[in-house]
Amino acid sequence: MGSHTTESSFRVIGTRPIRHDGVEKVTGRAKYGADYYVAGMLHGKVLRSPHAHARIKSIDFSRALALPGVKAVVTGKDLPEGENKTVPLGEMTVNPRYLGQNILARDKVLYYGHAVAAVAAISPHIAEQALELIEVDYEVLPPVLSVEQAMAEGAPILHPDLRNEELGDVPTNVAKHVVLTRGDVEAGFREAHFIVEREFRTSMVHQGYIEPHNALAIYNADGKATIYCSTQGPFEVRGMSAAVLGLPVGSIKVVPAEIGGGFGGKTTVYLEPLALLLAMKTGQPVKMVMTRSEVLRATGPTSGSLIRVKMGCTKEGKITAAKIWMAYEAGAFPGSPVGAATMTVLAPYAIPNVQIDGYDVVVNKPKTAAYRAPGATNAAFAAETVIDELAELCGIDPLDIRILNGAREGTPHPAGPPYRRIGFIETCEAIKASEHYRSNLEGPNRGRGVASGFWFNAGMQSAAVVNIHLDGTASVVTGSPDIGGTRAACAMIAAEVLGLNVEDVRPVVTDTDSIGHTDVTGGSRVTFATGMAVFRAAEDALAQLKERAAKLWECKVEEVEFRDGKFYCKTNNATPLSVSELAKRLPRLGGPVTGRATVNARGVGPSFATCCIDVEVDPETGRVQILRCTVAQDAGRAIHPAYVEGQMQGGTAQGIGWALNEEYIYDSDGHLMNSTLLDYRMPTCPDLPMIETIIVEVPNPGHPLGVRGVGEVSIVPPPAAIANAVYRAVGVRMTELPMSPARLWKAIAQKESTRSGLGRAQHG
Amino acid sequence: MRKVAVQTTLNGEPVEFLCEPRQSLLEVLRDVLNLTGTKEGCLTGDCGACSVLFDGRVVCSCLVLGVEAQGAQIQTVEGLAHGNELSVLQRKFLEHAALQCGICTPGFLIAAKALLDHNLNPSESEVRYALAGNLCRCTGYDKIVRAVMDAAKEMREREAYG
Amino acid sequence: MHEFTYVAPSSVEEIVQFLAQHREKARPFCGGTDILVQMRSGVRRPSYLLDVKTAPETRLFEFDPAKGLRIGAAVPCADVSADPAVRRYYPGLAEAANLIGSVQIRNRASLGGNLANASPAADTVPALIALGAKAVLRSVQGQREVPVEGFVTAPGRTILNADEVITEFVIPPPQRGGADAYLRFVPRNEMDIAVAGVGVFVKMEGQRCVEARIVLGAVGPTQIVASEAMAYLRGRTLNEGVVSHAAELAAQAASPIDDVRGTREFRRHLVAVLTRRSLLAAAKRAQANQS
Repeated sequence: MGSHTTESSFRVIGTRPIRHDGVEKVTGRAKYGADYYVAGMLHGKVLRSPHAHARIKSIDFSRALALPGVKAVVTGKDLPEGENKTVPLGEMTVNPRYLGQNILARDKVLYYGHAVAAVAAISPHIAEQALELIEVDYEVLPPVLSVEQAMAEGAPILHPDLRNEELGDVPTNVAKHVVLTRGDVEAGFREAHFIVEREFRTSMVHQGYIEPHNALAIYNADGKATIYCSTQGPFEVRGMSAAVLGLPVGSIKVVPAEIGGGFGGKTTVYLEPLALLLAMKTGQPVKMVMTRSEVLRATGPTSGSLIRVKMGCTKEGKITAAKIWMAYEAGAFPGSPVGAATMTVLAPYAIPNVQIDGYDVVVNKPKTAAYRAPGATNAAFAAETVIDELAELCGIDPLDIRILNGAREGTPHPAGPPYRRIGFIETCEAIKASEHYRSNLEGPNRGRGVASGFWFNAGMQSAAVVNIHLDGTASVVTGSPDIGGTRAACAMIAAEVLGLNVEDVRPVVTDTDSIGHTDVTGGSRVTFATGMAVFRAAEDALAQLKERAAKLWECKVEEVEFRDGKFYCKTNNATPLSVSELAKRLPRLGGPVTGRATVNARGVGPSFATCCIDVEVDPETGRVQILRCTVAQDAGRAIHPAYVEGQMQGGTAQGIGWALNEEYIYDSDGHLMNSTLLDYRMPTCPDLPMIETIIVEVPNPGHPLGVRGVGEVSIVPPPAAIANAVYRAVGVRMTELPMSPARLWKAIAQKESTRSGLGRAQHG
Repeated sequence: MRKVAVQTTLNGEPVEFLCEPRQSLLEVLRDVLNLTGTKEGCLTGDCGACSVLFDGRVVCSCLVLGVEAQGAQIQTVEGLAHGNELSVLQRKFLEHAALQCGICTPGFLIAAKALLDHNLNPSESEVRYALAGNLCRCTGYDKIVRAVMDAAKEMREREAYG
Repeated sequence: MHEFTYVAPSSVEEIVQFLAQHREKARPFCGGTDILVQMRSGVRRPSYLLDVKTAPETRLFEFDPAKGLRIGAAVPCADVSADPAVRRYYPGLAEAANLIGSVQIRNRASLGGNLANASPAADTVPALIALGAKAVLRSVQGQREVPVEGFVTAPGRTILNADEVITEFVIPPPQRGGADAYLRFVPRNEMDIAVAGVGVFVKMEGQRCVEARIVLGAVGPTQIVASEAMAYLRGRTLNEGVVSHAAELAAQAASPIDDVRGTREFRRHLVAVLTRRSLLAAAKRAQANQS
């Protein structure tokens, strides 16, 4: 794999250059989706359902259309019905029929906030006014708001045509049942000395990106369309918009704008096909931007879940068996990340006997979308709390039980082949050796907890082009939107290979017509897979440069050597040339050099993280303050350590928010009660301490630079780590997320009353 | 709707614009004046992405009417750098990798400037509370707080020796 | 947002003339931190927005140890909480004004707006009531001074007539041995609405409490004055037991609801916790004010 795999030879990789898109972002010049304006542009707005579950009897939009300034109104009838089949999409799968129905409801609305109609008008204010003039006649149906309700006999059915293989031809809300087994769990439990069995609940939570969804669609008379939008996957937007509208894929060009956060939530489409539909209908460009309330009501969340864990271990702490039952809310359409949950929940451990059952359940809530390590956080909250309890029963350190049972090279992954070289144990050891873990935590109502997490990471398709400019600088062109510093990583990889200064490599994220197919920015895959394509494209450019040098020096290409940024001829005494010196001569040596590569990346290396959190609980109010937090994560190879730390810190912060205060709160009719950032409580700056990071580097043998991917796994451990810390602080095991003050206070009060009740019994 | 003529001072320059009374200062900056550096995140004053300085005070421009800018001094992210020289805060945000997606960055820079304009020696806690009205979902705030503290340090040193 | 006309009056006289003419169609506003959100969601649709802060009288800020404190209705909360006299003599009011929203919000939000918006969870209202503050109301009929206590009659409703505007607040002079405090509970550290809030004022002679006022926020349709707890404290030594009993009495006075921000049970419990903590904080300050 070339000469770049030994650490000592790195010149650029592992340094912390200023990101290339940085100046534009601190000066306000960077163009995000909502920053695009074109002449003659209309503004689109969406009418959304006030009911969680209802049949649409009729829609009358004649008054809206009559409002001066309104140019078009569309409803579900304007979309083709779409094929009812599952097609893969990055980390998740999509069904074109369901996708279309989520974009505009057809016969039924399936959640509060479900899109029912869309309007295009000459100003956003007029479009809003028009929405008030649309009359929809609903037949309200009883909503299904939890997995228990949805799975109960006689439950109201969301999709009359939904079937699952197990049940046969019976209407159901259970879209899928997945099973993972190994060994004999009952035998395993017989070997166990301690057995813990608990039930856990988590609420839906939102990705919480600060930039609302947006799209600007332009449709030309020749049938060609352009969409500017904020997305993690421009090629997915193209494919899905084409599928939903029944257009040829090649007729749509998607230009990915700068993206104001995604975390998985911008891997699907909401506004893009609608804006295009309105543009087709009006012949004018149409721009749509969601309000925050729309974002919370109708996009993104990840599943709420109900998880039952039974786990047993020997006196020494060796886990002998685990049985897990989990049901995940898919939202209004099938497709929760329960499959990933079953495969991640025990992935850090070597457990001989395992049975895991997962259910994908539709409920009258928004269709879930990917959220950073989808499915894994809910599951780890459950399993990592139970492991903590087992450690306590065995009287061993919670990190030691993880190390004792930890997966290593050769351990079979629960859902696949044995692991290659992985760094789970190393993350546990790193925390164990940290100043934080070794420090004393003193004071009343304080506690320390640890937990670990796993994420697969993803490979998939990427393309990259490296252009050598005449002055010896270069550009790197990819199709991977940059949500956390991946442009800089791509430029660094190219600079490393080509012996250039990183400032002399300009990274470009381009549109769907200007680069080969590139899958979504997701699965922590950009630095891994797109980085691999960049590495190979740079090597391709380098090979071509060697050919040109050979031509110049009239020697064989094998006789040209590239080291320390210079070309040498091994057989004659030609003056060595740097890339820039050679680049100047390219016009006379055959013309421009463009390196290119495409990958369908194999060799994905999974990531593990272990987190240590200190909390202080106010037992009178149930409020938790995070005092200190350290996270160790295996990055494989940290290309740009500052942005690796950034991913670890950001993921940890989201995990903390999920643990403490974030939740979708519904009333009994299925109305979302907290669709503002005031009442959907993400952590603010004073809610968090500094988040200390330990980058563990166990190189991934499947990548030329050892990269694993770092974007997701750090979100997984914090809820369990905090639950374990809270237990040590105040003696209660929290089994529900979020551990909001009201819930924790109640749990503490119950414990106190039980204790005083027992006291009375003993004395009476 | 009848539009209102407003005279204001924007990033030190006199500016006149026409707007509807219902247009927020945020809409005016973005849709009327093409200054799209100020971002929309929530329209309820809960995220701080639209922060600007209004007569030297940090406010959410989504909760200010454009017409209120009459006679006021408005400063936006576009006015932070002096020509091609970035402000200390901007430079420190880059050096500390204090941004990931960057959508919240203009608001944070403005809120941080509002703090440092009257307190060049803030504690970590003061920095955190001064930035409490700005949500960032990418960074966990760690590197942002470090960047602001470091900017304050450099500005203090500059004041002491320069 | 619907269409409306913006009016920037140059005096309170202009405001009241305009209100007399347009009454319910006109809505005075100041920082806009509540009303613009309400207008965007269609909850309020005034035809005229009257910018009271453009009238200089609403920006008045005067402290006299003998006469007390006068704060214009449009003074931003940030100025209230930063004012040295407020911090020294009315620290509870400074605490309340410093808790609203974020820096961005406090730079716009005013005491007048916080009161007129009539949210049960308004932070400055319990603090003002605890201090015995009065609001000065003006209309073309003239001027009246009304206690802040009783001003809010229901969520979103007040005794303010359609032709009246709040121009300023008058807060009694500081008393020897007297002090106030305000505490609220929110799940985050900032950017939150009170799940429960308690404003107190106590006057001490030695260890003995000679006067106490306890005002509860966010646990009823309006702010609640916990009279029984106040009566109980009068004349007692403020030890842990007495304060805890008063806190229980205050909790009984609360009539909270279940909503997205908290349950009835949790809120009632929080009233007791916050009352105890704020009384102890105020008592400590009051003792320091005896000399």
